[in-house]
Amino acid sequence: MELLHLIWETTLGTVRDVLPIAAIIFGFQLVVIRRPIPRLKETLLGFAYVLVGLALFLIGLEQALFPLGKMMAHQLTDPAFIYEGVERTAEAMHWWDYKWVYLFAAAIGFATTVAEPSLIAVAIKAREVSGGAIGVWGLRTAVAVGVAVGIALGTFRIVTGTPLHYYIIAGYIVVIAQTVFAPRMIVALAYDSGGVTTSTVTVPLVTALGLGLAQTVPGRSALLDGFGLIAFASLFPIITVLGYAQLSEWRARRSNPTGE
Amino acid sequence: MQSVIQGILRPLLESFRDLAPIIVVIAVFQLLILQEPIPNLGRILTGTVLVVLGLTLFVRGLELGLFPIGENMAFAFARKGSVFWLLAFAFALGFGTTVAEPALIAVAKEAAEVAAVGGMIADTASAREDYAFGLRLTVAISVGAAILVGVLRILMGWPIQYLIIGGYLAVVVMTGFAPEEIVGIAYDSGGVTTSTITVPLVTALGVGLASSIKGRNPMVDGFGLIAFASLTPMVFVMAYGMVI
Repeated sequence: MELLHLIWETTLGTVRDVLPIAAIIFGFQLVVIRRPIPRLKETLLGFAYVLVGLALFLIGLEQALFPLGKMMAHQLTDPAFIYEGVERTAEAMHWWDYKWVYLFAAAIGFATTVAEPSLIAVAIKAREVSGGAIGVWGLRTAVAVGVAVGIALGTFRIVTGTPLHYYIIAGYIVVIAQTVFAPRMIVALAYDSGGVTTSTVTVPLVTALGLGLAQTVPGRSALLDGFGLIAFASLFPIITVLGYAQLSEWRARRSNPTGE
Repeated sequence: MQSVIQGILRPLLESFRDLAPIIVVIAVFQLLILQEPIPNLGRILTGTVLVVLGLTLFVRGLELGLFPIGENMAFAFARKGSVFWLLAFAFALGFGTTVAEPALIAVAKEAAEVAAVGGMIADTASAREDYAFGLRLTVAISVGAAILVGVLRILMGWPIQYLIIGGYLAVVVMTGFAPEEIVGIAYDSGGVTTSTITVPLVTALGVGLASSIKGRNPMVDGFGLIAFASLTPMVFVMAYGMVI
């Protein structure tokens, strides 16, 4: 009963989030385009599926994955786990003490990205547009690897307390260099994949990890150092998707050395 | 009958496969590394079933509703040929989907706290609220502007890399001048603006436009709107931090 109530409430919530979008679409359709929407019934049914689907998805996450994931983020960053009872002073802290945190960050970054609904949407579209040349799984794996590397590096940054902008600016330089050499048709899609990785699934877990770390690592402030993981998660997929395209191009060229 | 079962079961299985990595990661870390039992197993199982069902419905709805409407709007605007209304629609879509985005509301609130602690604004409830609201408005305008510029790029066929690299340079230069406290928030704000409903709509719009305009390639020109929407908030939020 409680669950049904929750489903109802969350669906209302997603409806409220979608209202501005629906108002803009139907407003422009009526006032500017002045044509009936083709296959209106099917479209509305699709909207309803999206709303209910998203609501169920969010509730399921809240019920199952978020509490557990957040709790684990806390336990892994807890000094009691990291030092396993060994007496250590803050001065003796070494970045390698947090090895499980980096591994967890990479694993959870990869896993949540694979399940990210907006990435699924873009991957479906990319396969359709590229005529199957860009596979749904290839793109999603490339993006997920990027998020994994990004978040692991981001937690390393919080532990060591190095300035965020050095990493981001270095990442930009890599992206710019890759852009020059990557196949032209992948560039726009690669840039897009940075923005789609961080939505419903990844953000809450990653934020919990960042805040947990910033609270427990000596000398970090949750308010100032907890930020930045999302930035890592949106930058590194660009690098891996460009790299994936470069790798496939290189392999195609090697297996077909005459060029055509 | 068999085809009905297959039509329902296959998408469900696919959704389950999408979620399997999360389940494996959580189980391995909980049982092997933290060596603790999994609490509330029943609740977790119900939750997982809901997530699988939800993802299946969402993907079905994408193909039935969100993709077609985005494409139809693109075709209709292309047929109408009014650049002004197309750009107005682009801005409205970006602004409207962002201003009420729950993730953004949460980030704006945290940012106001950071600003109050950092002494950039007075540490009162009303000052924080004003700051958070201003920030939300700033980000929403920046996303509106991003989609507008992105659509204009598709119309004109400008190569995306010059615009994006120009944006990166702006971010790098502004990082040097913006107050240190705002930099982390600004970098993160780029990632939170693009919601699960906006992404498919905007992608379909871009691809639809690029395929209905002669001389544009949907692969090269159609993507990229999301990239703009995640870049401009960084620039605008840092500017906001410098002005306030």
